[in-house]
Amino acid sequence: MGFLDLENIQKKFATSTAVENFNLSVERGEFVSFLGPSGCGKTTTLRMIAGFELPTAGIIRLEGVDISNRPPNKRNVGMVFQSYALFPNMTVADNIAFGLQVSGKSKEQKSKRVEEMLRLIHLPQLGARYPYQLSGGQQQRVALARALAIQPQVLLLDEPLSALDAKIRVSLRHEIRSIQQHLGITTIYVTHDQEEAMSLSDRIVVMSEGRMEQVGTPFEIYNFPRTQFVASFVGTLNQLQARVLDPAGGKLELEGQTVHIAKAIDKMAGETVAVALRPEMIGLDDGGEEQLSGTVEDSTFLGSIVRTRLRLRDSVISFDVFNNPNLSLPRRDDKITVKFPRDAVLILQSSGAIHAGTE
Amino acid sequence: MKSAKLRRVSWLSWIVIVVGAIYFLAPLVGTFEYSLTALRDQYSFAAYERAFADPRFVQSFGYSMLLALATIVCSILLIVPTAYWVHLYVPQIRPLVEGITLLPFVVPAIVLVFGFIKIYSRPLEIMNIPLVPPLLSTIESTNIVLIAGYTVLSLPYMYRAVDNGLRAIDVRRLTEAAQSLGAGWGTILFRIILPNLRTALLSGALLTFAIVVGELTLATFLGIPAFGPYLQQLGQHKAYEPAALAIVSFLLTWVALVLISIVTRGNAGSAAGSH
Ligand SMILES: Nc1ncnc2c1ncn2[C@@H]1O[C@H](COP(=O)(O)OP(=O)(O)OP(=O)(O)O)[C@@H](O)[C@H]1O
Ligand SMILES: [Mg+2]
Repeated sequence: MGFLDLENIQKKFATSTAVENFNLSVERGEFVSFLGPSGCGKTTTLRMIAGFELPTAGIIRLEGVDISNRPPNKRNVGMVFQSYALFPNMTVADNIAFGLQVSGKSKEQKSKRVEEMLRLIHLPQLGARYPYQLSGGQQQRVALARALAIQPQVLLLDEPLSALDAKIRVSLRHEIRSIQQHLGITTIYVTHDQEEAMSLSDRIVVMSEGRMEQVGTPFEIYNFPRTQFVASFVGTLNQLQARVLDPAGGKLELEGQTVHIAKAIDKMAGETVAVALRPEMIGLDDGGEEQLSGTVEDSTFLGSIVRTRLRLRDSVISFDVFNNPNLSLPRRDDKITVKFPRDAVLILQSSGAIHAGTE
Repeated sequence: MKSAKLRRVSWLSWIVIVVGAIYFLAPLVGTFEYSLTALRDQYSFAAYERAFADPRFVQSFGYSMLLALATIVCSILLIVPTAYWVHLYVPQIRPLVEGITLLPFVVPAIVLVFGFIKIYSRPLEIMNIPLVPPLLSTIESTNIVLIAGYTVLSLPYMYRAVDNGLRAIDVRRLTEAAQSLGAGWGTILFRIILPNLRTALLSGALLTFAIVVGELTLATFLGIPAFGPYLQQLGQHKAYEPAALAIVSFLLTWVALVLISIVTRGNAGSAAGSH
């Protein structure tokens, strides 16, 4: 049992199921991101943790206590919204103090905490301003301070950076991470931006159509996607269909050519599987013991790398080689053979429910 | 070319403004001018002096102002929570609520007041057991009926103002932000929603005030000595005083509104600058 547990959470709306079979155990101090395309149920899941939606089925536990049916104002969970949602009628200081005011803290306690929070978000001078006098980035930092001021057990952020421009997005994201680590606060972060999720998180939950596709560290998610969905959403992997020739020996037929993979395949001979081929492990001459031949479709010079697209039979794979003046680059219609090691090929599962927390 | 076009548009809008101003100001100026001619061949404030000399003027106007304030409070207490609730939980019934609040435009006040008389002249009873004595039997309880009636008349203006105010802020997000910070409904309504509706409530209050102070039908038929009936009686046998009082009540209404806006200027900044 973790610090925050979601057990078999399901959420149905009148006409649709937004979240299904959601199991997650978050450790104290962990930073977990929900990553997935629009409409996959990230916000709905987050809102169930905050108490704005009640799960149709399942249990949410915080430090072992079942909070599934507690109203949001009794949960001690801090929330940061995409639209900042600062109270327009209050100054920055009053916004930050609001939660303390509600819980009946003394004037001294409030002003001390407000000052502390303003320093934390690097805006010590702006306590007397109104929200409309701040930039978007500043407003979001104030919203963060407001949520943190009440010392919540869990901090929830729903696409907090989506409304900001690219530059501020990156700097604020580092700031969020460093504040989170400084306070050691358990955090759940919703985003549809994979770079954001990768750079911030201890663990990522990749979601699709209301289900968890994969839970793992950014390294695992990026390098070892388990399903076709994760592979296509997260990475730049080449995805292909293959036929199993010899499951035990890891032998596959790929577009009429034979390749071996590092592991045994959990399928019957003759079955079709989805595989991914890691582009950065493909080389022209010295990639590894496996190989594939094809015709060059095109080769694009991108500065430090050259990206080549190679047609096998029905599909096209793409791979990058570092630019090197001594190298002769493949040209259109050249017949070439590329090489790669056995572990460059991953078997992907079709999408479906997984049992997380244990992985 | 483009600027010429722009200039023509701005000329047009000026013309509209001027025509509108004349339309609104001409009767006011005319009434004012007329009120000054109580003495032959000269302008004077004689009509004003005579009108003020009548204690019933101050009484009835004060009475109507109190009624107006009570109506504004009732109206706000009824409409803000309702409109807020509709916004938050049942936005799909907004057209229905809006339709209901427009009923005073459809059902004339005279119909409303006869309905009141029919219902509240008798004791309120359930299965022939009288529960509440007839509300219209005493002047005190008649005031309750009158304020309730005025609240109904204020609905279209107040609801519209509040609804617009709620649309201008992100009600749902603000509510959720406050909830996650531990706030209950009372705190949310009084510390978040109401302060952010200040401008909207002010304009609603303005219109309500104007309606109540000048209202005639309800007050007359319920027999309440309000300003409207007084002005009407006066008009039947005096010529200049009603004009003078119309001008005075107009000014007093404005003064009252300025006072309301000063009193409620609790927090500077206000919602004007939101987003
Ligand atoms: N209140 C609601 N009533 C009905 N359906 C809803 C409601 N809220 C969400 N849904 C549906 O649930 C699904 C998941 O929505 P959710 O907002 O959780 O997606 P999301 O992953 O946050 O997407 P986005 O990235 O666009 O914010 C969607 O299909 C949505 O239409
Ligand atoms: Mg969302």
